[in-house]
Amino acid sequence: MFYREAGQFKTSYAADMAIFPIRQDRIGLAVILAIAFVAIPLTGDQFLLNTMMIPFLILSLAGIGLNILTGYTGLLSLGSAGFMGVGAYACYKLQTYFPQVNILVWIVVSGLASSAVGVLFGLPSLRIKGFYLVVATLAAQFFLEWAFARVPWLYNYNDSGAIEVSNQTLFGVYVTGPNATPATRYLVVLTIVTALTWIASNIVHGRIGRMWMAVRDMDIAAELIGIRLLRAKLTAFAVSSFYIGVAGALMVFLWFGSAEPEAFDINLSFQLLFIIIIGGLGSIVGAFFGAVIIHLLPIGLRALPALLHINVPGAMVEHLTYMITGALIIGVLIVEPHGLAKLWQTMKQKLRVWPFPY
Amino acid sequence: MNILHAIFVDPFAQMISAPDLLVQTVWEGFVGGVLYSLIALGFVLIYKASGVFNFAQGIMMVFAALTLVGLHEKGAPAWIALALTVAIMYALAVGVERVVLRPLVNQPDIILLMATFGLTYFLIGFGELVFGGNPKAMITEQLFLPSGAIDLSILGGKVTLQKLDIAAAAIALVMVAGLGLFFQKTRIGRALRAVADDHQAALSVGISLNQIWVVVWFAAGVVALATGIMWGARSDVSFALQVVALKALPVLILGGLTSIPGAIVGGLIIGIGEKLGEFYWGPLLGGGIERWLAYFIALAFLLFRPQGLFGERIIERI
Amino acid sequence: MSDTAPEILLSLEHVSLAFGGVRAISDVSFDIRKGEIRAIIGPNGAGKTSMLNVINGFYHPQLGVITFGGRARSRMRPHEAAAQGIARTFQNVALFKGMTTLDNIMTGRSLRMNRGLFWQALRHGPALVEEIRHREFCEEIIDFLEIEAIRKTPVGALPYGLQKRVELGRALAMEPKLLLLDEPMAGMNREEKEDMSRFIVEANRRLGATIALIEHDIGVVMDLSDRVVVLEYGRKIADDVPEVVKADEKVIAAYLGVAH
Repeated sequence: MFYREAGQFKTSYAADMAIFPIRQDRIGLAVILAIAFVAIPLTGDQFLLNTMMIPFLILSLAGIGLNILTGYTGLLSLGSAGFMGVGAYACYKLQTYFPQVNILVWIVVSGLASSAVGVLFGLPSLRIKGFYLVVATLAAQFFLEWAFARVPWLYNYNDSGAIEVSNQTLFGVYVTGPNATPATRYLVVLTIVTALTWIASNIVHGRIGRMWMAVRDMDIAAELIGIRLLRAKLTAFAVSSFYIGVAGALMVFLWFGSAEPEAFDINLSFQLLFIIIIGGLGSIVGAFFGAVIIHLLPIGLRALPALLHINVPGAMVEHLTYMITGALIIGVLIVEPHGLAKLWQTMKQKLRVWPFPY
Repeated sequence: MNILHAIFVDPFAQMISAPDLLVQTVWEGFVGGVLYSLIALGFVLIYKASGVFNFAQGIMMVFAALTLVGLHEKGAPAWIALALTVAIMYALAVGVERVVLRPLVNQPDIILLMATFGLTYFLIGFGELVFGGNPKAMITEQLFLPSGAIDLSILGGKVTLQKLDIAAAAIALVMVAGLGLFFQKTRIGRALRAVADDHQAALSVGISLNQIWVVVWFAAGVVALATGIMWGARSDVSFALQVVALKALPVLILGGLTSIPGAIVGGLIIGIGEKLGEFYWGPLLGGGIERWLAYFIALAFLLFRPQGLFGERIIERI
Repeated sequence: MSDTAPEILLSLEHVSLAFGGVRAISDVSFDIRKGEIRAIIGPNGAGKTSMLNVINGFYHPQLGVITFGGRARSRMRPHEAAAQGIARTFQNVALFKGMTTLDNIMTGRSLRMNRGLFWQALRHGPALVEEIRHREFCEEIIDFLEIEAIRKTPVGALPYGLQKRVELGRALAMEPKLLLLDEPMAGMNREEKEDMSRFIVEANRRLGATIALIEHDIGVVMDLSDRVVVLEYGRKIADDVPEVVKADEKVIAAYLGVAH
């Protein structure tokens, strides 16, 4: 009875097509944003912000990017980690050459670099589909991994092969580097992620989103409608890689503070894929659900033995994480292939008619 | 001008000036290629019969090898350990069929592929839990695999052939030939091909899909074990091998997902191609190009022939 | 009936299509006049669907000339056919199963919507204005096809008959000059067929769509079509108004088999 739409009549198409047509949804969203922007920075401790909120947001952003390519357009990719790296290294180089421009500008612009590389590796997608395309994305992944380690120009020729993030400011406040406080970094990440999520939501609800889904569902029929397949797929690669690239830049500059080439290995690609499988393919909010699960799982597993007063060696936690992740993937695909987002939707449906069964 | 020279002239000059090195490189590539073919073979078996691309084939190979070595460490004589491992792979096949494949039987291919990603991660975790993450040595002596090398003096220089490599190549070729014959000549082989073509039709002539799938996954498991033994004998058994298994994907692209001869040819092309590429052109780029060269070779082929060299051309009828 | 010569919208001359060794269409010529409902009938395997695929641009005939709207076309891709004003439905409904009825029909407007990525990213503003404009157009079609109640239902959940109606809606959303319908009545009961017939006729009369349809139900063909083409084994065996074709011996023999 809380979730009734009774009395909320739509009197215009605009109202009907709003992304959150139900008033309770809009209120819920406002509450979440208020908590995110106000409550958490004020009350959250460093641990919460550093190890939970910031990574969660960044992984969600990357998840949104991958979901655009895989969930909405149906192009399975194992190269997402490589594209995160492109974003990170692009940002690093841009900042090296133009240190006077604000770092946040470069974080967003680096998405464009990633976008360009994404389109390049997406070109084969016209001729090849499905499994073969996965292998093409693997080509991108392994090539990029190699480049990050073997192209010294990328890491400014320094001996360690890694990149270090320096102190950068915005309006006088430190946002990156060792001097930046977790709260500041968190707010920057939150702002960027919120804005980009809003944009992604806009895009997928309009003409371009429908175009992508048409290509996914039946590309032959999409052609019939007049959709140009190559353009649709390349747009998907471009937008997807942009999001993933920005996430990569954020990851290095506002989360890790540094990066070694191993940070962008194929394991990360799988992590992102698992995020969107568990969260829900073809769903923006699903990326957030998935990121929560994938990121919190190892943290939770590490904390659990201490809570239960059992002694579990650290390595075993990692093994268990792998096992549970794998089992979770199989389980989700069997029980609800559309992931947590679908479960959430179903729950809301039930809530709308509660306390009646239907 | 210099760059063009470095790419198009120097490597070939090198090849000609030291032909023994060329032969050595080609041999190394040949052996690697044969082993890639074996891994690819496991994929082809399962795909041919069930239409599932079992991404977990690589981890199954490592798992099989680790089980073998682990059992031997616990005290089982080599051949008992081998038999036990085969039995365990059978149990694994049945388990995977029941738990992963059957519930997903009507889902689109991409879902099944993703499920095998999950299976891979599960087996990595489980394997590491049971066997530990340290690399182990393969029990080559106990399995009567030869060791040592043969030196050939040819072409003005020396070429060294590891006896193990020769044995590996021989065994692999025997396996491939055997499986090829099995598919063509036996009743079960025919049933497998029927299932690959059309599940419904196969059912309607009385072929039990579940039985076939267990047979196939078991066969793939045996192939995985053989491959794991060979790879492990050449370079220790550890989970890093799993990533090597990914190299089978370009092989599959070249050879087609459903062709056994394709797996061999594809494997050889990739194996020799990447070794030559790494040795003669690698230094130009700073080395290490083996990590991705195979994929680019496969991509190049794909662009001209989307179904691979041997694969079936899929004509989409509307 | 007016006295002026009927305007030809599509004409096929000596079209032949083969797949490997299989000849799907052999030397077939006919035309479709603007504004008419043309039926293409024939026993199974006659090449009817291949015929539509050729008109659509999916298959390219080895021989023959296709002229659409007065211009001869060479190898046309399906999306070019769409841009020229050819829309199509399928025997096995080719809807986008992951989307709702409304979204499916909205995809039919793809060619006419062009607000770029930048505006889509903002949504509010020109993109939304365009979206609403096309939504209004699609709602007209939804009204016309009487599917208001299911506009937000994912099409995968709809019964077959309704799916075919939605597919028709998507084709109509393209405002096609030529509408190709592949067995639009297949699998429908009598009531559904009557509804579908009504929609087809209305689309032809009110919306001005020239229609070519493949159909097995002879009753429907007789009632709806202005002229009929009969194919058998890839060849044309009759081409006339329904009454004449119905009585044609060759046609009867093709359907019933020739008595030996």
